[in-house]
Amino acid sequence: MEEVKLMKGNEAVAEAAIRAGVDAYFGYPITPQSEVIEYLMAEEPHKRTGMVVLQAESELAAINMVYGAAACGKKAMTSSSSPGFSLKQEGISYIAGAELPCVIVDVVRGGPGLGTIQPSQADYFQVVKGGGHGDYNLIVLAPATVQEMADFIELAFELAFKYRNPAVILSDGVIGQMMEKVVFSPQKERLTDEEVDKLYNSWATTGKKNGRERNIITSLELVPERQEAHNHHLQAKYKKITENEIRFETFNCEDADYLLVAYGSSARICQKTVQLAREKGIKVGLLRPITLWPYPSEAINKLADQVKGILAVEMSAGQMVEDVRLAVNGKVKVEHYGRFGGMVHSPNEVLDALETKIIGG
Amino acid sequence: MAKVRGAIVVDTERCKGCNLCVVACPTKVIELNDIVNGKGYHPAFPARHEDCTGCMNCATVCPDMCITVYRLKPQK
Amino acid sequence: MSENILTPEEIIKTGELVFKKTKLMTDAELSYCPGCGHGVAHRITMEVIEELGLEEQTIGIAPVGCSVLAYEFMNVDMQEAAHGRAPALATGIKRVYPNKTVFTYQGDGDLAAIGTAETIHACNRGENITIIFINNGIYGMTGGQMAPTTLPGMNSSTSPYGRDVHTMGYPLKITELVAMLPGTSYVTRQAVHKPGLVRKAKKAIKKAFELQMENKGTSFVEIVSNCNSGWKMTPVESNEWLDKNMLDYYPLGDLKG
Repeated sequence: MEEVKLMKGNEAVAEAAIRAGVDAYFGYPITPQSEVIEYLMAEEPHKRTGMVVLQAESELAAINMVYGAAACGKKAMTSSSSPGFSLKQEGISYIAGAELPCVIVDVVRGGPGLGTIQPSQADYFQVVKGGGHGDYNLIVLAPATVQEMADFIELAFELAFKYRNPAVILSDGVIGQMMEKVVFSPQKERLTDEEVDKLYNSWATTGKKNGRERNIITSLELVPERQEAHNHHLQAKYKKITENEIRFETFNCEDADYLLVAYGSSARICQKTVQLAREKGIKVGLLRPITLWPYPSEAINKLADQVKGILAVEMSAGQMVEDVRLAVNGKVKVEHYGRFGGMVHSPNEVLDALETKIIGG
Repeated sequence: MAKVRGAIVVDTERCKGCNLCVVACPTKVIELNDIVNGKGYHPAFPARHEDCTGCMNCATVCPDMCITVYRLKPQK
Repeated sequence: MSENILTPEEIIKTGELVFKKTKLMTDAELSYCPGCGHGVAHRITMEVIEELGLEEQTIGIAPVGCSVLAYEFMNVDMQEAAHGRAPALATGIKRVYPNKTVFTYQGDGDLAAIGTAETIHACNRGENITIIFINNGIYGMTGGQMAPTTLPGMNSSTSPYGRDVHTMGYPLKITELVAMLPGTSYVTRQAVHKPGLVRKAKKAIKKAFELQMENKGTSFVEIVSNCNSGWKMTPVESNEWLDKNMLDYYPLGDLKG
């Protein structure tokens, strides 16, 4: 049965994980996302669904616990915030190399270093561009509402298992901490051990039963020709994901002369900017990437034929703007605007930037 | 007194000539061969096979699982 | 005496087969140096899995180090961990499959340097896993550098004039640390450089797996081993050196349980 609740984005992630039939959550507290593990511990999901929740000794341990459980065909996830995500990068690279499905939630705070506990979008590079060593991509979903924090858990697991690839929900301190109405889908049953064996028999390490050969989960291949072949296989997979899984939405783009590109909480702020601009007679549209990888480059490129300039708005010193420029490929002017280091821009600040950097610039 | 008789088979190509079985054998059955195997190692072989008791010490310390051991108990 | 006139060939044909490679070791040739203790430690671990009938429910975890390719040799489902993280992987597996048999196989650099936190905390939580810890006092795979377990005064490529404990610290007796933790059920130190010690070590490994299946907490078996290449000795010399030098600092026997 559907259920409506008022809760924080972080709590919505936790409740959605239980309802999505997730088998295990391994985490380590860090502000501003500690509510995820706090909610799970309080909720005792082992009583509701049999889901395992464990507080690890570090982010390193947590992501590697995810590796172990994911390598057994189980739905495993972890969550963290920026400095913690940096620590997880080692494990994420191994998980990507070993082609394991899992979900990681990053509720971004300002950096670099310990930075601040206030919201930020400065993890774009470290999440969307890889972050760890080697050539790999993560499927990256960017929620803009508490509802999407919940909905994307199931979507992220669906994509992760479809492609045997880690998926990240790239959120930020605004959406993690704010309270909104959420509609939850009904409880999904966790897969039984027998179902896991049947579905993932070809790769999951659950003990070599029923006469099958042993399964090995590894990211190591010392023969360079084979490692190259494995990398080609990964690249072919990433191409398939790019062809099939790009998600975005547009807002008032039909007649737009100028375009804002923003994701997550910046996209919410930019919706107001669009309204304010139109009140002043400036026809502005907004494109919100929902998947940051794969990126909606083609859609942005097409809009570049229509608009006179594009402003990429993000709470960073300018990270996603690089992907916008690559998509636009010089057709029109692309600039970046954003407060950062824990500050959140206002709709009027964005409008001012649009007027000075793009319209008047 | 009739003693237990044993015999060993060494997988010569697998053997790395580490000599640990030679040292472990209580009846000094095993030696390293003068000839080399495909990897360039001098493989172990039962030089005095008649003294083998099938005690398995050689196989127990062999890191490469090259040795198979057979044993024949004396007839009563 | 009829048996005395039997040739070895006849004994092989008619006698009892008393020792052969366990089927839970693959036919792949081991990547270890001649005389390295890893081969014996691998073999007795897999013999125990076979004898306890755990083949179909066992998941092993290979480390980073010389035994990084353990999954090529151990014929059960295996996962390869990042350096030091094997106990975290094992935790992840065991928590979602409490009835499976889970073990890690780790060297001293992996377990007692970069993975110290994962080791201590998995043991402290009393994860129902078995940890097989090979201590040869050196980083073998990377070419003989100093390990957390390198003895005082012992040469390595990063302690070429001997380990100076005042600047390089003391050898870490992590097994003693682990034995102090309430989460561990059985902590023991064994060796595999002599036939009798191999048999004892195998018994210890068997006990460790039996305790895991009884959900008694973490079982931990250290195996003091050699590294003839890293120590720059012949295999036989390295075993003699181990016997003379390693066992004073790392005495054999059960520490707990």
